[in-house]
Amino acid sequence: MSNLTNSLYNLRQMDDLADQDTLIHRIHPLVKLLLTLFYLIVVVSFDRYEIIRLIPLCFYPLIVFSLAELPLAPLAKKILIVQPFIIGAGVLNPLFDSQTVVFAGLTFSRGWLTFISIFIKSSLTVAATLLLIATTGMHRLAAALRLLRIPRLFVLQLLLTYRYISVLGEEANRLFRAYSLRAPRQKGVHHRAWGSLAGQLLLRTLDRAQRVYQAMALRGFTGEYFSGAPPRLRLADLLYLILWAAFFLLVRFVDIPSLLGSLLIGASA
Amino acid sequence: MHMADALISPAVGGAMLAVAAGLAVYSIHKIQNDMDEKKIPLMGVTGAFVFAAQMINFSIPATGSSGHIVGALLLAALLGPYAAFLSIASVLLIQALFFADGGLLAYGANVFNMGFFACFLAYPLIYRGFTGKGYSAKKIFLASLISVVVALQLSAFCVVLETLLSGKTELPFATFLLFMQPVHLAIGVVEGLVTAAILIFVWKSRPEILERAASGQALGALPLKKILAGFAAAIIVTGGALSWFASAHPDGLEWSVFKTTGATELETGESLHETLSSIQERTAFLPDYNFRAPAQEAATEAEDEAVWPSINSGTSVSGIIGSAVMLVFAVLLGGFIHLVKRRNQRLST
Amino acid sequence: MSHHKVEIQDVHYRYPDGYPAVNGLSLHIRHGESVGIIGANGAGKSTLLLLLMGLIFPSQGKIVIGDIPLSKKTLPLIRQRMSMVFQDPDDQLFMTTVFDDVAFGPRNLKLEEAEVTARVTQALARVGIPHLRDRAPYKLSGGEKRTAAIASVLSMDPDILVLDEPTASLDPQSRRRIMDLLKGFQHTKIITSHDLDMVLALCERAVVVKDGKIAADAPSLELLTQAELLESCGLELPLSLQGCPRCGLSSSAE
Repeated sequence: MSNLTNSLYNLRQMDDLADQDTLIHRIHPLVKLLLTLFYLIVVVSFDRYEIIRLIPLCFYPLIVFSLAELPLAPLAKKILIVQPFIIGAGVLNPLFDSQTVVFAGLTFSRGWLTFISIFIKSSLTVAATLLLIATTGMHRLAAALRLLRIPRLFVLQLLLTYRYISVLGEEANRLFRAYSLRAPRQKGVHHRAWGSLAGQLLLRTLDRAQRVYQAMALRGFTGEYFSGAPPRLRLADLLYLILWAAFFLLVRFVDIPSLLGSLLIGASA
Repeated sequence: MHMADALISPAVGGAMLAVAAGLAVYSIHKIQNDMDEKKIPLMGVTGAFVFAAQMINFSIPATGSSGHIVGALLLAALLGPYAAFLSIASVLLIQALFFADGGLLAYGANVFNMGFFACFLAYPLIYRGFTGKGYSAKKIFLASLISVVVALQLSAFCVVLETLLSGKTELPFATFLLFMQPVHLAIGVVEGLVTAAILIFVWKSRPEILERAASGQALGALPLKKILAGFAAAIIVTGGALSWFASAHPDGLEWSVFKTTGATELETGESLHETLSSIQERTAFLPDYNFRAPAQEAATEAEDEAVWPSINSGTSVSGIIGSAVMLVFAVLLGGFIHLVKRRNQRLST
Repeated sequence: MSHHKVEIQDVHYRYPDGYPAVNGLSLHIRHGESVGIIGANGAGKSTLLLLLMGLIFPSQGKIVIGDIPLSKKTLPLIRQRMSMVFQDPDDQLFMTTVFDDVAFGPRNLKLEEAEVTARVTQALARVGIPHLRDRAPYKLSGGEKRTAAIASVLSMDPDILVLDEPTASLDPQSRRRIMDLLKGFQHTKIITSHDLDMVLALCERAVVVKDGKIAADAPSLELLTQAELLESCGLELPLSLQGCPRCGLSSSAE
């Protein structure tokens, strides 16, 4: 059950990070959301052999990360945690695509190129997504979703799910702890207790849902969710959006590393 | 089961996002027609339950390993298909944001894979088929097991399709499929059994919960025709979106579609010819791709290009140097900002 | 403003499984009164609160709040006058920040956002937690959660406060703080609790519920000193009225 404890801890940590007040945290949530999506598209739109042209895209997560004054270790850990799956998916590439290429004087199998490319893309996309939530937080992101005209019902439901993960997670933890104290040598839940353990938690969940509904109804809830006024868009937000978007477009359509490299070689030769 | 951003192409991701959004809008519409505001907190809180339940290790008899649940069918059995679909979508969004478990670009694909088949195919056609005329432990058992297995097989198949259409991995279609389907058969059986155990427990202790969930959403309310029509519409939308993307981005999609079809027949990935033609397309699309210092590499260029034109040593050497410089610069810049911020903090306190 | 009375007239309620949780209960609560409702587990206290708040409707009898009879139609009106604080603050604080939680009620009243902010600020100041405004509810301590839950109903500006076990599972100091806070409120208060000392300190009147009926109704000090009556209803003397374990002296009638 360390799984659940870890997840809860992670959620809390991301939430704490999002509570800070820095240049990046103050940027309008919708701007950050749109920019993140655009960034993801740009990263992923490079074809599978591309490595070099992905490099300039490192600027975005690195700069955002340092401007947002986030701690390195927890975020780096989160990015690395996801990598085994990607490695699993990509590691067979060298086997399946063993055609060789001569790259900078060295002979590679093309599979390795695709593998490295996937690895970089995965690091960049995961980093950008985590940075989004670590500098925005769930409730501000929900405001951005409302601005995108995502239906109220969905946004409210999303917030409720987010809110009750910690409550139910704690409840599941207690239940599991009580179980494992009486079943010390088991790794997971024995199949005879599958139904009753998770079912018990489910029944409590349904009762809680009922009480939450009552609490909402007593404060005038009739199915409509009124979020507060969305944060205002400032000039700085627009500038931030335009500058980064322009940078992403530049990187997408111009091979900056090669340009830079040939300039350097040209200069030295 | 969660697809990552790095393994999906913008075209596939975008198309699946559109399909998932369509299904979500339809579901919201359906729920709002019911006018049951009680369902909103119920969906939210049970979504959190699924999140917690996904973390519970259910040990599998006689194997020493343990399994997890996705929970979509469980939710459908408790909330009905529409609310369950939205609930799963919330859970997946939180996982994508906070845990990078499946990315934002792949979000639509993940919602579709894990929500659609369980909520809109397996639940109405199989689960309700078994339990439509009343519950019994045996009926719930069979209904859950078969529904979950079928839903998971379909979604595993979809993962394979989406991955290959995206063209990011080199796995041949048949190999990937032969790997995914049996693995997800095993996963499906475990999840099916766990789901059955939970639902039977709930039915035995509080039968009214399942009965209430089922009322109003009998098979009649969700007819086969509508489902199939919806499915067809989803395919048309996907196909339309894909071909639109394909015409706008000749480099990515045609290549991968070409590759998958080629892979099923030849089983050896793509031929050199396909690579070349795709590269031609790409260089036409991005004419400045081979931008380089003209004098330097003219000599070595020709023979390299015959092997693999996009990486001629000209672009590669300057590219490597350039990107190394940029990488170092990016890291230094980040570090510099970090230090300045630190110092300011220390000065201000 | 002077008609915040609560009138419960011969109310009956049966759960769908046939269990008669409330069985001909009548109670009259006057304006500005603070009433403690006590009783053993399963005596019908919680059902009484659900009936009072219109979350379930009596099968027989009627409830009048002020001069408005409680019915489906009058619910919105009644819920503006009377608010309830739930036993588990996690049920009540369902939004992602304290601000949004306290603003939830006023927003549902469709007030202007400026008015909403004013109400939230006022409610948070009234309970002394303006600094927790932007915090997530799950990061609060037990006492802070309870205080925030109280703020979330104060922002509705009710005349009558219903509190379900307001001191349950709090540490002694947090419990004391909540009690001091409640003592300062001018509202008509209806409090259910097993914390008889709290009832003794906060409520001038106590009502014992047993088997879905009123078993006793008297000034707190009078009622809570009757050991036999309390025992017959599954209760016991408040701790402050029991013998001292050190010296054996008892401050109450034995």
